[in-house]
Amino acid sequence: MTEVVITGMGATTPIGGDLPSTWEAMLAGTSGVVALTQEWAEPLGVRIAATLKVDPSEVIDRVKARRLDRSAQIALIAAEEAWKQAGYGLGEDNDVDPDRLAVALSSGIGGLHSILDNWDNYRDKGPRRVSPFTIPMLMANAPAANVGLLVGAQAAIQAHVSACASSNEAVSLAVDQIRLGRADVVVAGGTEATIHALPLAAFNQMHALSRRNDDPEGASRPWDKGRDGFVMGEGAGVLVLESLEHAKARGATIYGTVAGAGISADNHDMVQPEPTGRGQASAMAKALRESGLEPSDIKHINAHGTSTPQGDLTEAGSIRRALGDATDDVIVTSTKSMIGHLLGGAGAVELIASVMALRDRMVPPTINLTDPEEDLPINVAANVKTPLPAAGDLAAINNSFGFGGHNVAVAVTNANT
Amino acid sequence: MATTEEIRAQLAELVNDVAGVPVEDVQLDKSFVDDLDVDSLAMVEIIVGCEEKFGVTIPDEESKNLKTVGDAVAYIEQHS
Repeated sequence: MTEVVITGMGATTPIGGDLPSTWEAMLAGTSGVVALTQEWAEPLGVRIAATLKVDPSEVIDRVKARRLDRSAQIALIAAEEAWKQAGYGLGEDNDVDPDRLAVALSSGIGGLHSILDNWDNYRDKGPRRVSPFTIPMLMANAPAANVGLLVGAQAAIQAHVSACASSNEAVSLAVDQIRLGRADVVVAGGTEATIHALPLAAFNQMHALSRRNDDPEGASRPWDKGRDGFVMGEGAGVLVLESLEHAKARGATIYGTVAGAGISADNHDMVQPEPTGRGQASAMAKALRESGLEPSDIKHINAHGTSTPQGDLTEAGSIRRALGDATDDVIVTSTKSMIGHLLGGAGAVELIASVMALRDRMVPPTINLTDPEEDLPINVAANVKTPLPAAGDLAAINNSFGFGGHNVAVAVTNANT
Repeated sequence: MATTEEIRAQLAELVNDVAGVPVEDVQLDKSFVDDLDVDSLAMVEIIVGCEEKFGVTIPDEESKNLKTVGDAVAYIEQHS
């Protein structure tokens, strides 16, 4: 099977405006969760979120930004970083045939701010005051399409939606495109920017969010007994994926290999995880099979780990179910303890964190794990960064699960680097 | 009643705000599309902006005829 390697990565997150600053803050165990002190947040039951460390208005030209939803703005920021890291340029001839260059980039929800801001305009001032850019801003495929225009992709633009599994699934589709011979290079990832009163109210009505308003930095605490829900975050992560042959031919730096992916559906409930972890374990087992990896090859898992009472325990059990005794040698972490839950952006940002962990042989911590659940069947990198074996091949799995019963596991290795 | 130059200057600010065109480029003889690179959706925003700024109504069938900055300024002068 065609090997698919990672030649570029970019991110903008609640703890850093680019990947180097995000990764440094992640290893240091930095929380990006803050109190929402704006007037619009006052009536809400949940007044905390992981907002971007660097607002896109500081990076993107004002006139350009007028036509882009916040979710597309940050996708472009992360994509530009990844694209340049891969050694490609903007608006110039690159060592890639545009007809062999695709984009697979997701948002779980779409241009929420654009929908709601324009509805406010309509309601308050009438239909003439609805922006003519509303539709191209609210479309869930808009971030992918804008990234396509940025890099000059002509093979395909894909914007797969599977809630909080969206961008992990985008990566799996990107791998498919390369392995099926439809593209040589795919810019893959995800984005989300939905910190707005409506989704905060709606998720809170589901009892899905942490209500720890008096302790923002302590609110996201996966596997801790005191956890009470996830913290909504915003951010984007983008990877440049390339066939090994294409990457080698142009002498690109290789940061890791996407070995394979596993996808399953719970067939249980719209929002509750299937309690035995059957579907989640199946996704991980399929990822191993497609990758040609054994459970003992896996040294690290970046868990979905959202900090919900049921979800964290289910996932811990499903990891043990998928990997068996080999779980004893796996260091699990949830970077959501620091950056919150980026929804459609989560999979891509966390996959990037997994690749960085293998590169640096260092797993970022799960912060706030002061009172862990008893008899957890996994080893968590509690509170401090934890080293991986100093030599040899390393493989990791990144888990993302989404409302609707979507389970996606992506396996990465440090092969070919 | 605002002078032609006052209307042009205010319109230039609007075009700059919407499309990023430098205000000094927004002169009466310039075509929005051909000279100032204003696309059709930005033109919609400019028309609605004019309605707000100058208190005029510019129906869609009229807005098609506003090809140049001068056309728009003349329309505003006649209808405000």
